[in-house]
Amino acid sequence: MKTRHRRLLFITAGVLALTGATLLVLNAFRSNLVFFHTPTEVAEGTAPLEQLIRIGGMVEENSVEKTSESLHVSFRVTDFDHSITVTYDGVLPDLFREGQGVVAEGRLRDSVFVADRVLAKHDENYMPPEVAAMKLDEKAQNTPKKYYK
Amino acid sequence: MRIWLPLQRLVSARYFFEFSSRILPWLGWVTLLILLTGLGWGLFYAPTDYQQGESYRIIFIHVPSAWMSMFAYMVMAGCSAIFLIWRIRIMDLFATSTAPIGASFTLIALATGSLWGRPMWGTYWVWDARLTSELILLFLYFGVMALRAAIDEPRRQGRAVALLTLLGVVNIPVIHFSVEWWNTLHQPASITKAAAPSIHLSMLIPLLLMALGFTLLYLYMALQRTQGAIIEQEIDSTWLQERLSNNTIETEGGTGK
Repeated sequence: MKTRHRRLLFITAGVLALTGATLLVLNAFRSNLVFFHTPTEVAEGTAPLEQLIRIGGMVEENSVEKTSESLHVSFRVTDFDHSITVTYDGVLPDLFREGQGVVAEGRLRDSVFVADRVLAKHDENYMPPEVAAMKLDEKAQNTPKKYYK
Repeated sequence: MRIWLPLQRLVSARYFFEFSSRILPWLGWVTLLILLTGLGWGLFYAPTDYQQGESYRIIFIHVPSAWMSMFAYMVMAGCSAIFLIWRIRIMDLFATSTAPIGASFTLIALATGSLWGRPMWGTYWVWDARLTSELILLFLYFGVMALRAAIDEPRRQGRAVALLTLLGVVNIPVIHFSVEWWNTLHQPASITKAAAPSIHLSMLIPLLLMALGFTLLYLYMALQRTQGAIIEQEIDSTWLQERLSNNTIETEGGTGK
């Protein structure tokens, strides 16, 4: 075997072994590396509820309640299996709206999540407003058909 | 063996120098043209986004530089592997030239993302898996550059740096898949996924133009820097002396009369 063949083998094996090891370690730490927990994890008690945590999900449609004289706001965060009521005093980010992703940081108190910080989570869709409107129209036209079937 | 001849020539410092001198002017103009077209299209002609309004236009800088931050590292790692196995010196020079460029792309990606994050997410920075792994990439680039600066002896320098670069390559798949493996605040990929891109065609075209422009820009800068490194290393060799004195005569002839 030539020297450079041995080096090729050695380096390939080295990089592969390192990649494998790193992926195993990252997999082991998987639960600690998550940025937020889902409402289902909170409901099932697998989220560390005694400490400051973040929960993430969709802002439920028609669940946002604002008061006119203060910044107090309450809304429900859902992952379509479970949902949690969140209360927050502060300025909401631009992208916060019903039906969009959100991450709230805070603590659970008597089954209500009291948030210190609310972050909007953007999805990966980019389109012009006209296209978005067309997609909504299609949705509206398609929905009744389902009922007839 | 005959097929390999052009490649073998290219990897010698002299032919690499000649070859890049010939393509660099062309590459420069093409890069400039594509970047200006992409930027104009992206910033003025592409429609506004239905959710983010005008702020989304930062993706025309943010996404290409984030891609290039990873691409440059992969090139650097490839060069390092070839250098370690076949001891081709030009590969070491090319990897060296890539490091600061890659670091700049990483910095641009982090900075633009942060500026976008403040109005959109409501924060400049979060320690989620995507942002953290990209920050680690920046430190890897810094580490590679610092290690090279710390070792004086050229032979050991090249080998040590190549090895460190190869160790860091494990971070690249982590950055790419972080948005799928973990819950992150950063959104998942819009383009590099199996299904159709979730970005409208009118925004996708300028984005791809910018990506192409950034790739060419990287090549342009890396070739330019590698030429500089060759001049620095081979300054005593006759071919370079001749080459450089020819150049001077040409320019003197052009401006003098």
